[in-house]
Amino acid sequence: MRLLRMLLVLLAVGFAMPLAAEEDPFAGLASQSFDEVSAAVGTLAASGNPRAAAVIGAMRNDALYADDDGNLYIQSGDDWLEARTGKKAADVDADSLSEVRINNAVRRAIAAAMGGIDLFSPEAAVRAHAAQAVFDAHDPAALPALQKAVAAEKNAAVLRTLKQAEAAVILATPDSTDADRLSAIAVLRARGDIQARARLADLTGASPAVAAAARDAMTALDREQQMWGLAQSVFYGLSLGSVLLLAAAGLAITFGVMGVINMAHGEMVMLGAYTTYVVQGLMRDIAPGLMGWSLPLAVPLAFLVSGAVGVVIERGLIRFLYGRPLETLLATWGLSLILQQAVRSIFGASNRDVTTPDWMSGAAQWGGLTITWNRLVIIIFAALVIAALMAALRWTSLGLSMRAVTQNRRMAAAMGIRTPWIDALTFGLGSGVAGIAGVALSQIDNVSPNLGQGYIIDSFMVVVFGGVGNLWGTVVSALTLGIVNKFLEPVAGAVLGKIVVLVLLILFIQRRPRGMFPLKGRAAEA
Amino acid sequence: MNRFATSLCLVLVLAGALALGLLDLLPPAGSPWHVSPYVVSLAGKYLCYAMLALSVDLVWGFAGILSLGHAAFFAMGGYAMGMYLMRQIGTRGVYGNAVLPDFMVFLNWKALPWYWHGFDNPMFAGLMVMAVPGVVALVFGWLAFRSRVTGVYLSIITQALTYALQLAFFRNDMGFGGNNGLTDFKDLLGYPVAARTTQVGLLWASAAALALALLVCRGIVSSRFGRVLVAVRDAESRTRFLGYRPESYMLFVWVISAIIAGIGGALYVPQVGIINPSEFAPANSIEAVVWVAVGGRGTLVGAVLGAILVSAGKTFLTGALPEIWLFALGALFIVVTLFLPRGIVGLFRRRRALSPLPGPEPAE
Repeated sequence: MRLLRMLLVLLAVGFAMPLAAEEDPFAGLASQSFDEVSAAVGTLAASGNPRAAAVIGAMRNDALYADDDGNLYIQSGDDWLEARTGKKAADVDADSLSEVRINNAVRRAIAAAMGGIDLFSPEAAVRAHAAQAVFDAHDPAALPALQKAVAAEKNAAVLRTLKQAEAAVILATPDSTDADRLSAIAVLRARGDIQARARLADLTGASPAVAAAARDAMTALDREQQMWGLAQSVFYGLSLGSVLLLAAAGLAITFGVMGVINMAHGEMVMLGAYTTYVVQGLMRDIAPGLMGWSLPLAVPLAFLVSGAVGVVIERGLIRFLYGRPLETLLATWGLSLILQQAVRSIFGASNRDVTTPDWMSGAAQWGGLTITWNRLVIIIFAALVIAALMAALRWTSLGLSMRAVTQNRRMAAAMGIRTPWIDALTFGLGSGVAGIAGVALSQIDNVSPNLGQGYIIDSFMVVVFGGVGNLWGTVVSALTLGIVNKFLEPVAGAVLGKIVVLVLLILFIQRRPRGMFPLKGRAAEA
Repeated sequence: MNRFATSLCLVLVLAGALALGLLDLLPPAGSPWHVSPYVVSLAGKYLCYAMLALSVDLVWGFAGILSLGHAAFFAMGGYAMGMYLMRQIGTRGVYGNAVLPDFMVFLNWKALPWYWHGFDNPMFAGLMVMAVPGVVALVFGWLAFRSRVTGVYLSIITQALTYALQLAFFRNDMGFGGNNGLTDFKDLLGYPVAARTTQVGLLWASAAALALALLVCRGIVSSRFGRVLVAVRDAESRTRFLGYRPESYMLFVWVISAIIAGIGGALYVPQVGIINPSEFAPANSIEAVVWVAVGGRGTLVGAVLGAILVSAGKTFLTGALPEIWLFALGALFIVVTLFLPRGIVGLFRRRRALSPLPGPEPAE
């Protein structure tokens, strides 16, 4: 029986040959031998036959059937299609058909073939994707199809990926020549990522010259990877630093400039985050189309909410405690407990869901560097906030009054500045900036009543490390702490890294109690 | 007056603990005089808190050092006691390992870490209860006071210290049970920990320790040494110019205070049956500060009173109205700082100029 079938297949091939004027690309698919079927799939895929994709796709879906004469049909719902033409086949006896059998080897061949077919897709993106798939699979069988694709490719980016895939395949092919291998190594070296290195590392049985070239390429790649890793750590560090900076910027005003220990500072940040949540909730109901604008809208609102709460706190509590820092600390701690519990009573204890707008989600790949948009946006945002804060202190009349009051309160009062109001507004400004930080932190942290508590110690550390009363010092210290933290993390682990940073900070404060950039001269004694 | 208040407090603490213990042990369960074991362990807990408050008051009320990390010393003493109790479990643990505590077996550790050695000996453990907080306080204080870190800066770095310790103790590879801490205790000095008699014994021990600590503190602050300390608190620079070395005075009292807190923690652990890293939480330290503020800063009796009153209030409110507790605690902070700068004890004292009101540091 088996012999008979073989004969029939051969016969079918024999008939088909004169018609197609070349080897029949569909031959062998109906074979009983899995090896033959696998080979036939490869041949079909490389033939460039317009029906190849449909037929192989049908095979993958177990929808390809053959009759005893080797005619192939594709099941499509209740109908049967002629595999070679795609036309509907009339009067097919379903009972006489048998499914083309598939095992894992054939399935692999199908997967490779589908990749090979996509290499010739009219869509550049599909071709690029297929080329990457071939690179990942680096199956020697794909070489003929690849070479054809390389010859035909017009798009430069796709061509590069194709050539890299070709290089990967050449290295994986046991009998490729040294010259081919050397140029393949050069191509992979230029690609320069971890996958390229893996292909180089897998190279076996090569001549000494090729092996040496591969080793050199790998060392170079490792060095490159290290540099990218370094750059990535710096980026993460900058990101963490900007988060710290945002959290600490308001404190740099209230603690640094006014000398008020506000332990409820973290709760100002939390209020800002909850403002974002409320704004998004309202926008979802009123103007769902404008969700992308929810964050820009939340920023001024958060500033107003936290700022107003700040002014109330200053007028209602802190002004009675000036000159008594330890009492201020305790009273504001009590306040932070009240604010936390109030938010918990209103919004519930669980985390609130703040959505990230589309323009902030996703990531960009730049060489070996992954840059997530939300982190990048926060870095830029932190820079803008600090710039705005410095500008406000330097060029607005409120800023001028603030500096006057902090430098010499009585003289400022004598010049007609209403110092109590300036105190309230300064505190409001610091709290408002904390609220703005809350908007940014809502994007990367859980919005819960405890949000602020996680930042309070870090914020104080940043301000103290940078030098009290010095915004530039705060900037430098936040970025330094962020980067140091991220560089320690891979060595020591996240938690231990944080502990090490805290201990280093404690030791640093012992050495320089007034921070990195202490104020000098008269202002230092104020 | 001062001496009278202290004596009164001593008598009340000792007699109260004695009475509670006897009323738990002697009357039968149905009797109206019977005190439930729950109340006994609660009272024991409060007395341990009172020791923590006393230690905070010693440094804050008399040396002007506001520590926001004193619960760290309390927890260190507690961990030292917990380690002793863990070693006493022996083969009765879940895994039945004679040497390694359960969590080490679970983490697949093969041998006892070096710092766990010796804790099977109660004498050694008792020594460590005092030595560990003492040495940590000595190192920290020596660094801090020598470089004249004072005031708010000191408060913030003490808070950072306890925060760092909390993070460290959360780590499993620290070898202190990680997140779960140390628990499932069986024996204390051969007596079963959970037994009623043991709990009453612990209550009495806590009362005795508190009384002793009160006497020691009383001795320190009423001596010549204590007067210099108050001088340091009120005018550090002036004291320095008079020829004293404020840092030595502060360091001494700081270490004593840490040891008292450590003993409090050690007595606390067998009464609550667990010690875990949340004891290091900065919020705990600040709560201890508010006990002192409520009772009356700078009065030893006030610290004890404040700790017991506030803790009792917390127990009541968290049971009856859990939503209200944080509001109440927060309001307590604000009311006490704004309207009761000398706490409850200050209410009774009027202007009987005893110790001067701890005021702001004068301009230098």
